[in-house]
Amino acid sequence: MSAPAVQLCHVTYTYPDGQTALRDVSFQLEEGESVAVIGGNGAGKSTLLLHLNGFLTPQRGSVHVGGLQVARETMVPVRRAVGMVFQNPDDQLFMSTVRDDVAFGPTNMGLPPGEIEQRVHAALDTVGATHLQARPPHRLSGGEKRSVAIAGVLAMSPSILVLDEPSDGLDPAARRRLINLLRRFTHTRLIATHDLDLVLDVCSRVLVLRQGQVEADGSPEVVFNDVALLQRCQLEQPLGWQSRPPPPCQRG
Amino acid sequence: MPGGRCGLPVAPPSVHAVSGMGDSLHALHSLDAMASRPSALTPFDPRARILATLTFIVAVVSFERYAVLALLPFAAFPLALCAAGGISLRSVARQVLVASPFAIMVGIFNPLLDTAPLLNLLGVPVSGGWVSFGSILLRFALTVSAVLGLVASTGLPTICAGLEQLGVPRVFTLQILLMQRYAVVLAGEASRMRMAHELRAGVTTLRLATYASLLGHLLLRSLDRAQRVHQAMQARGFDGQLQRLRCAAWQGRDSVLLAACIFGCGLARSINLPRELGHWLLGLFA
Repeated sequence: MSAPAVQLCHVTYTYPDGQTALRDVSFQLEEGESVAVIGGNGAGKSTLLLHLNGFLTPQRGSVHVGGLQVARETMVPVRRAVGMVFQNPDDQLFMSTVRDDVAFGPTNMGLPPGEIEQRVHAALDTVGATHLQARPPHRLSGGEKRSVAIAGVLAMSPSILVLDEPSDGLDPAARRRLINLLRRFTHTRLIATHDLDLVLDVCSRVLVLRQGQVEADGSPEVVFNDVALLQRCQLEQPLGWQSRPPPPCQRG
Repeated sequence: MPGGRCGLPVAPPSVHAVSGMGDSLHALHSLDAMASRPSALTPFDPRARILATLTFIVAVVSFERYAVLALLPFAAFPLALCAAGGISLRSVARQVLVASPFAIMVGIFNPLLDTAPLLNLLGVPVSGGWVSFGSILLRFALTVSAVLGLVASTGLPTICAGLEQLGVPRVFTLQILLMQRYAVVLAGEASRMRMAHELRAGVTTLRLATYASLLGHLLLRSLDRAQRVHQAMQARGFDGQLQRLRCAAWQGRDSVLLAACIFGCGLARSINLPRELGHWLLGLFA
């Protein structure tokens, strides 16, 4: 039996200022799963994501990616396996042209020039940004920057995609394009977001965080029907869910 | 001026300083971005372009302090660089102006310290201080426009790759690239903070206390931002070394370009071409 794509065992993390952001968090993701991490502000979503790439190391517990424990010695294979799309694409886009930026990861992997070109082309094609490759990243619109940031990660061919607030700041059309893109992916996906309608469209499982703990772990149907849970976690039902008829058990 | 809610005139928020900073930032970006466009210089090895520019700079700064007329032929180099690279002269001139206060500060005291008349210009005596000040400004404009032309025609990543091939340690070229990127991050943060200040303060000038507070916040925010940028780079395999994206090979045309530049600079350095031209013209009409 193969190891889970991601496994967190009793992870606890406290920032240097004494604030505990994660408390005894345990869960695992199977290969190809698309999982949302939701919760109010300060619930620990971004802190959780930073553990998957080894940017933060838990004080207690462990993080495994594809059977490898995330540690200093395993950082290179772990970061090749886990592609992380940051909340603000401006933090991620670094080189002077889109083409060079998408090539940044494959170049660091030491791939031959021909394969770099092929990966850059394929990644830009996947996100529909081939026409942008000669443009400087800082001149792109928010939606274009997001697409290029995702292409930069896809070019490294990760098996797991970690996205922090991917729809943040996008207009409806760009958001819809992003949702369609995420639905097409077959990677294992972990998406931290406040966009609960995106969760409905893209994810088959939802982790709810509250004060650094996993408050609920289940299907979107189960989580979004639990109004008390949502209120407790400073959330509400997605707009697309509110228009649905209530489940039989809640009808008069 | 449009009326406010109570019929009072509402002054538009002053954004001159912010837009000035933003414009400079965009101009710098656009110069670097110009390098991605194909031009007549594209086929040349970056090392040839770097060495040609270096030859030009050495020739320009090697003149004695009162040289003005002899420097004029050197304007051909940045002009040719801009023409061949398809670079907007206006963008380069704007950047030269942005950096000009530095040159002015270097030479501003020359007219006060060196007051002896050096030449007579249309009947007006001109002191050596003014001539040397003019020479400093001219040299500054020539060398800075040449470097800007090099950046705009080649791009910093390619220049750094060329410098590495010339033997410059990678740690220096990496510093240049990271400094450029972080400078953009820093300027972006400063621009946003300045705008936020002006929108609530209603004035463009900063009080000393506010200035200190803004600087402190700028440092902290920049550190946070730089850390996020670094994490994003690490997430894509960055291990402290920027891999070279394009490798170039020295060819015959690169030798020709460099030889032409050395010859041109050597000629303009050894012969005062404007003076010789003047003598020739005077002899022609005498």
